[in-house]
Formats: sequence, structure tokens, C-alpha cells
Amino acid sequence: MSGAYAPLLMLFGLSVVNAIGMMVASHVLNPRRPTPEKEMPYESGMTPIGDTRVRFSVKFYMVAISFIVFDLETIYLVPWAVEMRRLGWGPFLAMVLFVAVLAVGLWYEWKKGGLEWD
Amino acid sequence: MVIDFSSNLDYVRALLPEIILCVWGMVVLMAGVWRGESSEEGPRAEGLGWLALVGVAFAAVANGWLHGVREVGTDGMIAVDGFRLFSNWIFLTAALLGMLVSFAYVYRQRLQAGEYYALMLFSVAGMMFMAGARNLIVVFLGLEVMSIAVYALSAFNRRDRRSAEAGLKYFILGAFSTGFFLYGIALTYGATGSTHLPTIALAVSNGTAHGALLLFGVALMGVGFAFKVSAVPFHMWAPDVYEGAPSPVTAFMSAGVKAAAFAAFFRVFLVSFQGAYESWYGVMWWLSATTMVGANLIALVQTNVKRMLAYSSIAHGGYLLVAITAANQASAGAALFYLLVYTVMNISAFAVVIAVSNHGEERLEFEDYAGLGRNQPGLALLLTLFLLSLAGFPGTGGFMAKFQLLLGAMDAQLWVLSVILVLSTVVSYAYYLRLAWYTWMRDPADGGSPLPVYLPIGMRLALVVGAAVVIWLGLFPGSVLDLARASAAGLGVAGPMVEILH
Repeated sequence: MSGAYAPLLMLFGLSVVNAIGMMVASHVLNPRRPTPEKEMPYESGMTPIGDTRVRFSVKFYMVAISFIVFDLETIYLVPWAVEMRRLGWGPFLAMVLFVAVLAVGLWYEWKKGGLEWD
Repeated sequence: MVIDFSSNLDYVRALLPEIILCVWGMVVLMAGVWRGESSEEGPRAEGLGWLALVGVAFAAVANGWLHGVREVGTDGMIAVDGFRLFSNWIFLTAALLGMLVSFAYVYRQRLQAGEYYALMLFSVAGMMFMAGARNLIVVFLGLEVMSIAVYALSAFNRRDRRSAEAGLKYFILGAFSTGFFLYGIALTYGATGSTHLPTIALAVSNGTAHGALLLFGVALMGVGFAFKVSAVPFHMWAPDVYEGAPSPVTAFMSAGVKAAAFAAFFRVFLVSFQGAYESWYGVMWWLSATTMVGANLIALVQTNVKRMLAYSSIAHGGYLLVAITAANQASAGAALFYLLVYTVMNISAFAVVIAVSNHGEERLEFEDYAGLGRNQPGLALLLTLFLLSLAGFPGTGGFMAKFQLLLGAMDAQLWVLSVILVLSTVVSYAYYLRLAWYTWMRDPADGGSPLPVYLPIGMRLALVVGAAVVIWLGLFPGSVLDLARASAAGLGVAGPMVEILH
């Protein structure tokens, strides 16, 4: 019983060691030339402290929307692809339709100019 | 032709109207961005509107074809019965009128026509899924398809702050209510072991369902539906959203979304929860009473026409809740008929509002209607007709529909609720006729400068169709009423239990 979960425990231990090891190693090994920007807490490239009503480019939004489209596509495609041969033609057609609908979405985005970056 | 859902092809046949609408929505969407031209130009925007109407016509043909299809058994996730097909006619009517009144508004406000009409088509497809669903998951799916399209539509005028506010409010409160609804589905599934409506009905009526879980499931789904049909006290979002959203969108969603929510409400509560009638009867009674009384009283003090019509729409939801409380065959048929009449007269009344507001968001106060009767007698006459029908004046469709609801309520011996219905209707005359009084009896404040009113072909068509239907259903309701009654067959079996209660 307990033996079946041993790999899980090993994985857990390994990831803890890995995470702590990386932090300690970078703390010990990296050269230290601090600038004000580097000292700031990391917040995905945004300035973390200040007015929340900043204007930022609508392109972030476009990337996020496109990401969702492709992300969903992958989420549905991968489980189907694993079992594709067993499932047969019906689900295959369904997936073709699904991808076709997403393709129309991409086509629309393209035509609308959502993929032009400047 | 017979459909028994033994093969997947049967689903394609059963879902033909929905499939056509979805595909056509994509066609309109792509046509809107084709060759990079701006879809905000006048003729092009109107062309896209007509293109979308062609899709509605195709879906109508498919829906007519489904009348000749016979369904065997109740195993499918989607129903092919009269109730669904009649509801589909209501949604298609809402789409037709909603698009006709949008034409001039869309290009005058420089809205993006392709996306606008595509979203309308998608939301109609969602409504159809809701009305036809025989599985709670499909109800939820339809609800989301419809709602997300309508959230976007209500925020569609991006240059207008109130439109953005309406979209955000609707989205946040709508998402919140969807959460309630989904939790209700989960608890119902926990109680009965199924999301399939006939199976739930069986588990509920033979007592194998877990009592407390089921009760919570019914309550939470009731809250979700009450939000969508904007019943008092879950109506807070409705006036702001209806006032802020672009007027044609308000017209479309106050009719179509409400009809779809009621269709699903009826099917879920009268089919699957009919065995638990005693547990939700009292809640529906109070919900109906507070909605009728509350909405009509608040409507009395409104000075903005759109806001007044918003409260009027909430009040009509209250009348329809009487039918759910009665839960008998007569009420279900009457409610279908009522939804059809309500859809036509409400969108038509909004059509006049859109025309007077110059296909924009101007001149929306009661005072702005002063002098309309002198400058635009035809338009004022139509407005009066639609207002009288909304109030339920004899000779109009609104009267016939309300009369049928009342008969259904009397059948179920809901005497107090019937009296409240009649009294609140009497109160509603005050605010409907106040607008009519402004149109005919008041002179404009600035000394009678004529109101320029632009009536393009689409708007004229919508007004003529609306007036014809309202008068026709008011004088000769027979054939449509019979169809509505036949369509509701099988629903509302919970009714006879009322006799036991009293």
C-alpha cells in the first residue's frame, strides 16, 4: 500500500529540494549589481506600486484573447488525440468541426487586424 | 420523419435551427470584416442586417420543418416537442423585430454591424438551446451562450459610458446568478443522480430523491431563474441595464432573453420538479406577488421612458410567474401565448422609442414626447396602441394574453394572486397612459417645434408587423391560442395538486 505512493513522495521531495536549491544557489552564486528596477517586486512587468488607473496597450488584451483560443484548442485536442484510434470517425468529425469553428475565430481576428502588432 | 436519438445524425436533424443560426452568425461575422472595409458605413451596415435576417428566415424554415418530425421517447438531451418549437417561434419573432429596429440605430451610432448582428444570431441560438433542453447541462449551456452574447450586446456602444456601465453590471450580476444556477444543478444532481429532466422528475415524484439536497437545489435554481427573468427582489440589475444598453438591444433582450428564461423555467419546474410542487409553490406565489406589486409601483414614478418600460418588463415577468405558480395545463399554454404577445408588443413599443430618440440615446424623457401626437400622429397612434396592449386594454393582444393567464390562475384556484394580478394591472394603466397623455395632450415646452422623426424601411416594417400582430391577436386569438395550448401539452401536470393543498 505505502509502496505505491513512494514515487509520489520522491517527486514531492525532489521538487522541494529543487525549489530551495535554486533559490539558495542563485543567492550564493549570482553577481550583485542592484538597480532600483531590479529591487522592485516582480509583477509581470508592471510597476507594482502606484495609481491603478494606468493606460496600457490594448495589445495585452489581444494576446490574452488569442491565448485563450489556442489554449482551449490544446486542452480539448490532447485528450482526444491520446484516444483517437479507439474513438473512431464520429469524434474525429466533431474535432474537425471544433477546430473549424476556432479557425473562423482566428480568421476573424486576422481580418479585424488583431494580429498586427504596430 | 421519426427521431429517437439512436444515432448522432438525429441530433443534427433535431438541432437544425440552432445549427443554422450558429453557422449564419459566423457568416455574418466574416462578412462584417470582409476586405477590411469598415462595417460602420450606412448601406453596408444595413446590408449586413438584411443578411442576418436571411439567416433568421432559414432558421424559421428549419423550425417549420421540425413540426413535421415526430420524436420517440424522451432520451435525447434536446426535446423535439411543441413547447420547444413554439418557443423557437417566439425567439425568431424577437430576432426579426429586434433586427428590423436596429438598422438605422446601428449605422447612426456607428456600431460595428457584423459583430452586432452575429451576436444577436448567437444569442437566439442560445435561447433555443434553453427552451429545447431536456438536460440541465444543456439548459446551462444555452443560458451561457445566450447571456454572453447579450452581455457583449448591452455594452456594444463603446462610445457611451452608460452602455459600458450596463454591460459591466449585467455581466457581474449575471455571472453571479449563473453561479447560483450551476450550484443548484449540482445539488439536484446530488439529490437525484441525474441531470436528465425526465429522470429527475421520476426520482422526485417517487421519493427516491434526497429531500434536503433537492430542496436546496430547487431553491438555488429558482434564484438563478428569478435573476434571469428579473423577478423582484432579484431585479436590481434590470432597470440600469435596460436604461444603459443601446435601445434596440434593450428591446431585443427584454423580450427574447425573458422568453428564453421563462421557457427553461417552465420546463425545469413543471416537468422535473413537479413532484416537489408543495415545496416551491409558496415561494413562487410570493415571488409573483412582490414582482407584480413592486415593479408596477416603482414604474409609476419613472420619468425616463426606457426606465419605465424596464419596470413594465419586470411587471410582465410577475404576471408570467403567476402561470408558474398555477402550474397547470391552462397556465402553461397561456404563458406561451403571453410570451409571444409580450415579445411583439414590447419590441414594437421600443421601436417607437427608438424612432423618437432619433436612433440614438436622445429624447428619452416623458417631456420629450409632448407634441408627438400633433407632429407625428401616425407614430403616436402606434405608440398608444402598443402601450394599451402592454397595459392589457380589451381589443388588443395584451388583453387576450392576460385574460388567458387569469383563467389559468383561476383554474388553479389562486384567488388572491388573481386579484393582485388584476389590481396591479389597473395600477399599470396609470404609467402607460401617462406617456400617452404626454404624447396627445401636452404641448412641447419650447413652443411646438416639430420633432424630426426618421423612419427607415426596417423600422416601418417592424411597426406595421407589430401593430398587425397586436390587433390580430387581440381580435382573433383563436388559432394561435390553440397552437399555444397544444404546444404546452404534457407540461403542467403539477396543477391538480393545488386542489389537495386548499
